[in-house]
Amino acid sequence: MTALPPNSYRAGPDDRGHFGDYGGRFVAETLMPLVLDLERAYEKAKADPAFHAQLNGLLKHYVGRPSALYFAERLTAHLGGAKIYLKREDLNHTGAHKINNCLGQILLARRMGKTRIIAETGAGQHGVATATVAARFGLPCVVYMGAVDIERQKPNVFRMRLLGADVRSVTSGSRTLKDAMNEALRDWVANVEDTFYIIGSAAGPHPYPEMVRDFQCIIGNETRVQIREAEGRLPDLIVACVGGGSNAIGMFHAFLDDREVEIHGVEAAGQGAGTPRHAATLSAGTPGVLHGARSYLLQNRDGQVLEAHSISAGLDYPGVGPEHSWLKDQGRVKYFSATDGDALEAFQLLSRIEGIIPALEPAHALAHVMRLALRMARDQIVVVTLSGRGDKDVFTVADALGAEL
Amino acid sequence: MSRIAARFAELKRAGRAAFIPFITAGDPNAETSFTILETLPSAGADLIELGVPFSDPMADGPAIQASSLRALNAGMNLPRVLELVRRFRKRDDTTPIVLMGYYNPIHAYGSDGFANDAAEAGVDGLITVDLPPEEDEVLRRPAMARGLDIIRLATPTSTDQRLAAILNGAGGFLYYVSIAGVTGTKSYAEADVRAAVARLKKHSRLPCAVGFGIKTPEQAYAVAEFADAVVVGSAIVDRIAEGGDAADFCKTLAESVHAARRTAVVDLDP
Repeated sequence: MTALPPNSYRAGPDDRGHFGDYGGRFVAETLMPLVLDLERAYEKAKADPAFHAQLNGLLKHYVGRPSALYFAERLTAHLGGAKIYLKREDLNHTGAHKINNCLGQILLARRMGKTRIIAETGAGQHGVATATVAARFGLPCVVYMGAVDIERQKPNVFRMRLLGADVRSVTSGSRTLKDAMNEALRDWVANVEDTFYIIGSAAGPHPYPEMVRDFQCIIGNETRVQIREAEGRLPDLIVACVGGGSNAIGMFHAFLDDREVEIHGVEAAGQGAGTPRHAATLSAGTPGVLHGARSYLLQNRDGQVLEAHSISAGLDYPGVGPEHSWLKDQGRVKYFSATDGDALEAFQLLSRIEGIIPALEPAHALAHVMRLALRMARDQIVVVTLSGRGDKDVFTVADALGAEL
Repeated sequence: MSRIAARFAELKRAGRAAFIPFITAGDPNAETSFTILETLPSAGADLIELGVPFSDPMADGPAIQASSLRALNAGMNLPRVLELVRRFRKRDDTTPIVLMGYYNPIHAYGSDGFANDAAEAGVDGLITVDLPPEEDEVLRRPAMARGLDIIRLATPTSTDQRLAAILNGAGGFLYYVSIAGVTGTKSYAEADVRAAVARLKKHSRLPCAVGFGIKTPEQAYAVAEFADAVVVGSAIVDRIAEGGDAADFCKTLAESVHAARRTAVVDLDP
């Protein structure tokens, strides 16, 4: 490990899991011994070369890493500005970046002797990835999913069931990702002895935001090497979509101390960040406490959490990982948003022009790049995380475009 | 002496356990909820736990989730909860009221201002479910300055090491969560709870309440034999949801708690 420079943006969290004023461990007392246990187990695993060897082997042979860094030549020509590279997390086994984290966590679960896996899922990508690793290691798996999301992500629900997972519909609250997470936390409180909770985003109580980030950092670490090979230098701009923010932090972290690299996170503006129907937590929210951490939150004046809205189930979350909140306040990362309509347009453009159907989540990041690339010089370089593939979204998109299937 | 300390001292002299009913403030609406609150002392409540509704009650089971939703839909919020307490205090200046809820509504209100206003309204203690000792300083400091007790939870997962952290800064009484689970769901094993209470009493002089899985007068009686207080929540909240007579049910529960022969209390240490 190389030493961090003074005032590094990569030093967090502190030993209590805080990124400045954000993060922490805001959980019920029943769970405190469990998250403290998890923290100890993770620290031990992190220092164990055997853990990394096993994880790296699986990432290579099971996931198919490293994922390609692809120069999107036709998209670049079409937009007529900066050179656009796509980090192809959509090519991973299971079709998204989520598997990177799930493998790390299930190896940890096994080290801790846990025999049952639970997870929450929004778009179903994390649920599929969790069900996949649970099948791979022969552990029973329960996935909580909001009833609304079950309806709009049917292909992934069936995929999870094929993989042997017990998908449980959550009908409380807004019946989306936040409620699925509440239900997973309730399950964990009730099954403290044998259960490992695989959280899919860089959110939740410490050590999850740190641990998920670390497992996703492979995205940015690979990109650094690949872009140097391709271009002989680091990119000018990095862009990723932010729901909870795991693919984004995984890409951003490796570049945080490279001041010459500009970093943009793109949230879901739903029907518009000025309307009540959006999921732009960092752009339009205020700090609060939900799901174990202090972070930006969509909430009303009374501190009641608001329902988020996005065409993309994976971004439809009223919270965000605490490290993003800190990076926003520090000004190191700038956060923008793209609407449902912007994302749909980018979804179609990439499909037609590059032969790549992106998931609706990274379509938000692409929409932002489509706006910016034109204003950048042709020798400038942009890298976008293509965090997942769009097969799961074809029904949603068909519906939004009024197409009959 | 605080209302909580005075009440437990009184109960100790009388040789009986406390009955603590839980209701969600504003369930099903502010007026009905105030009427129920007002009748609780005459129904036998020794202390009252008043739930502050939250949109995402992660530690609660279906009954209290639903009650929170009813209250929120009827417009309840933290300032209005304090208003209910203020009205209650006009007629009753002795029955302790403990607010139980989640941190975010307090965070949104502002911890300092909240501690101030809660004390002024006549609140006696705070149970903030998702604010473990490691994170509660921001509320504990202003609360203690205003004479509000921070009531800590101990659970079946609390190790000795954990217990030390829980007891450091604990006030009012200890709340033993009898099950590893959310409110109103599983049933507890009586022997385990008895042993857990004995362990808590060895480490602390604070009275020890037990709650989370107690639903019937029989269970309340059994727990009152060894605990200093019995909390019943979901079962009462369910009555309110059905439009039943909550006060009548509380009366039955209180009678059971007060009738319990408190023999175990004298020789708890094994």
